[in-house]
Amino acid sequence: MSEELHDLRVTVNGATHDIRVPARRLLSDALRHDLGLTGTHVGCEHGVCGACTILVDGAPTRACLMFAVSAQGAEITTVEGLTNADGSLGPVQQAFAECHGLQCGFCTPGFLTTITAGLRDNPRPTHEEARDMVAGNLCRCTGYQNIVKAVERAAEIQANA
Amino acid sequence: MTTKLMGQKVQRVEDQRFLRGQGRYVDDVAVEPPGSPRSVLHAAVLRSPHAHARILDIDVSDVLDVEGVHAVYTYDDLASCTPQMAEPLPLLIPHPALTHGRTQYALAKDEVNYVGEAIAFVVADDRYLAEDAVSRIRVDYEFLTPVVGIDAARAATALVHDDVPGNVGARMEQTVGDAPAAIAKAPHRLELDLTVERSACMPMEGRGTVARWDPDLSRLQLWTSTQSSTGVRAAVAVKMGLDLGQVDVITPDVGGGFGVKINHPWPEELLVPMAARALGRTVKFTEDRREHFISSAHERGQVQHIEVGFDDDGRLLGLDVEFWHDHGAFTPYGLIVPIITSTQLLGPYKPQNYRVVFESLYTNTVIVTPYRGAGRPQGCYAMERTMDAIAKYLGKDRADVRAVNFIQPDEFPYDQGLIFQDGRELEYDSGDYPASLEKIKKLVGWEEFPAFKAEMAAQGRKVGIGLACYVEGTGVGPYEGAHVHIETSGRVKVATGLTTQGQGHATVFAQLVADELGCSFEDVEVVTGDTRRMPYAVGTFASRAAVMSGSAIHLAAKRAKEKVLKIAAEALEADESDLQIVGGVVSVKGSPGTSIDLGTVSVLSNPLRYAFDEKSKAATQFSVGDPGKPPVAEDDEPGLEGKDFYSPERATFASGMHAVIVETDPETAEITILKYAVVHDCGHLINPMIVEGQIHGGVAQGIGGALYERMAYDDSGQLLNASFMDFLMPYVTEIPDGIDIDHLETPSPLNPLGIKGAGEAGVIPSAAVFAAAIEDAEGIPITAMPISPSELFTLRHSREHSA
Repeated sequence: MSEELHDLRVTVNGATHDIRVPARRLLSDALRHDLGLTGTHVGCEHGVCGACTILVDGAPTRACLMFAVSAQGAEITTVEGLTNADGSLGPVQQAFAECHGLQCGFCTPGFLTTITAGLRDNPRPTHEEARDMVAGNLCRCTGYQNIVKAVERAAEIQANA
Repeated sequence: MTTKLMGQKVQRVEDQRFLRGQGRYVDDVAVEPPGSPRSVLHAAVLRSPHAHARILDIDVSDVLDVEGVHAVYTYDDLASCTPQMAEPLPLLIPHPALTHGRTQYALAKDEVNYVGEAIAFVVADDRYLAEDAVSRIRVDYEFLTPVVGIDAARAATALVHDDVPGNVGARMEQTVGDAPAAIAKAPHRLELDLTVERSACMPMEGRGTVARWDPDLSRLQLWTSTQSSTGVRAAVAVKMGLDLGQVDVITPDVGGGFGVKINHPWPEELLVPMAARALGRTVKFTEDRREHFISSAHERGQVQHIEVGFDDDGRLLGLDVEFWHDHGAFTPYGLIVPIITSTQLLGPYKPQNYRVVFESLYTNTVIVTPYRGAGRPQGCYAMERTMDAIAKYLGKDRADVRAVNFIQPDEFPYDQGLIFQDGRELEYDSGDYPASLEKIKKLVGWEEFPAFKAEMAAQGRKVGIGLACYVEGTGVGPYEGAHVHIETSGRVKVATGLTTQGQGHATVFAQLVADELGCSFEDVEVVTGDTRRMPYAVGTFASRAAVMSGSAIHLAAKRAKEKVLKIAAEALEADESDLQIVGGVVSVKGSPGTSIDLGTVSVLSNPLRYAFDEKSKAATQFSVGDPGKPPVAEDDEPGLEGKDFYSPERATFASGMHAVIVETDPETAEITILKYAVVHDCGHLINPMIVEGQIHGGVAQGIGGALYERMAYDDSGQLLNASFMDFLMPYVTEIPDGIDIDHLETPSPLNPLGIKGAGEAGVIPSAAVFAAAIEDAEGIPITAMPISPSELFTLRHSREHSA
């Protein structure tokens, strides 16, 4: 017995996609395997690590905790959508490069999306607020020191833009 | 001259891909939507829910008709691939002391020995269907008594393997002098009993493997998230009955390793290619997080008994250490972890007389293989707790007791008289421990601390300080190699065989090549872990990549440079010694007009019959060459390439010291880090930004290991906290805001760059330094790590009641 498929229309990084997915297909799997947007990574499949964080209608969301079908009509931003229109690194990405905010790079997409939303809501975070902004994401490589620096640097880049 | 890049904080080149979401990790390979003609098949594994049981029957009949399922394999199907596929997995590092080594089968045969052991392998259209199918397999078990924990293993009232008496896989002893006699004669004696619990690497990306069999070429292509491409290649070739030349292993971007990915082959690294060849389809296995907890590897679990004799100054006269190491259900990685504990335990000290004996024990739990530090954290814990105990007993400053025991700077090379993990002498090459101690004392405020403690006590607050020193043997052999190829475009392609898991190899190795070759950094492109590009390699472990591949790359670039100068000298009609290479251009010193770029030198290096573009015309037969000589000289070969290998006599020994100030809450026993300081000596630094990043990460992992992380097994062998919700890895909220780092650079005399490894250092002293600081704050002996607030609370409570 084959699985029932559902039509789904989502806008990802400005492009509209129509796909057919089973009801149980996770949004993270749909993005990665159906749309080929492999920048969104899956670290724990239970919403703890934050590697799969994407922006759904602007809100940071764990893609591993959402069914693809429930993203019907949503506007999604993934890490691939954070670069500037000319292909150069966006402010948060640029700050990570400057501050050595990443090592293996696996958790990085979730940090980048989270911080992008965080700085939109709070463009001039205090040091404590910068730490809080990344307190829901796990990184096993960096010890977070340079990630916090990158949050502050990203705020600076945005302010000077 | 351009500035040397060695020692510069060069921004990482790999970040450009990672930050754009263009990293290519193993699950990003062969991504094709379901239903597309090239779509990949996905595998799932049935894993044992029992820690110890006999398998009476496996019934897969309910799986075969499930739509979308392509194959299901159990042990009985393995021999249809090759007879050797049905044999146990390799025992990677045999050792004479490992008298009872055992390894598992790719799929369990007759018996399971830990929760998570692979029993059946299903391949389906997608992972969802594969998991559906797995849940339909029925297995009949006869339960056996599980052996969980070191106490149960030692008691041996039940056995993990019937043919391993006492659950003892190995007993190994090393001695220098006569420690028991020296202790008996010593003016002062102490005994300590210590424990360390299990933890694990927990990279953010788990294991994963993709395989594609090309029937037209009779060739297997395998992508796997490993720390040893060449190791996997050799293992897969043997098991699949293929020649090495038929197997390509490509390690793509790896989302963290920390040791766990050095073990190989995992069952899935054999089952995936087996299925790919049988089915004629690309097959992928991507581990989920629970699988990573219960079917990869753990480390750290040890019980230690220490006896020490010392003089009035705290100088060691004899040290006698016995420890029991929990190696889990099987021993694929041999005795590496306990051997490292038993040797690196000595740290920067001279024990005078030393005896160490360990038993490596079977338990019905996940296997134990190296985790960052690889046995050193436990050794450092044993030694540093001993130093603290001696200081307390004599009423001396803890730093002073350490100082009287240090190997002095003029005593190198210093032979500890033991055999290290690589089978070579434990001989330290260089170091300056007194200088490090001065630095760490200054950095943490050692001398000022008593006043601070008194000030805090006056406010009703409890603070404590801890200090721990370590020596780390890094850059072990046998060798690494490198290939440097200057293209006719002037771009420089560099390959080394070991793999990368976030260390920034594409950047640091490019720095070395640019420095040696005189090309621009931007023109260098580094590939690691691809057996097509460098088939001879060992792997990334033991903080060896910078030392081993860094040195090999330096040497290979040197060879390429020699060839550049020879060809350029001929073309420019100049003497080689008058040439310089700057920014990718070879010129005669003092007359910059007389020059030739590296791309053109590359064209000239390969005598051509055919021109295919403007540039290559210059190398064709009617343009160049001395008609009186062969176009390629007898001792030469075409192409502008350099290849070399680096194989040191022995490891190089990095060192360091950590100090921490903690505050413990008088009510809740919560432990807060007020200051964390690191002094680190890894010889010359290639890229200080990257070295500091490694230290930050190691310290954070060490904090996790000391205060939060443990594998919580119950008596039946179930891992109770096999998720990120219950296994408490630190978020930023658990890591101090700022880690103070100071470097000392004592170059290694063993390699051309004077470097030592840095990857593991940050994590080695953690258990020791936190135990010391908490003990100092509380006045209660801390003998078991990790320690949680609840455990500290219980310790306080039991002390109050016993008082």
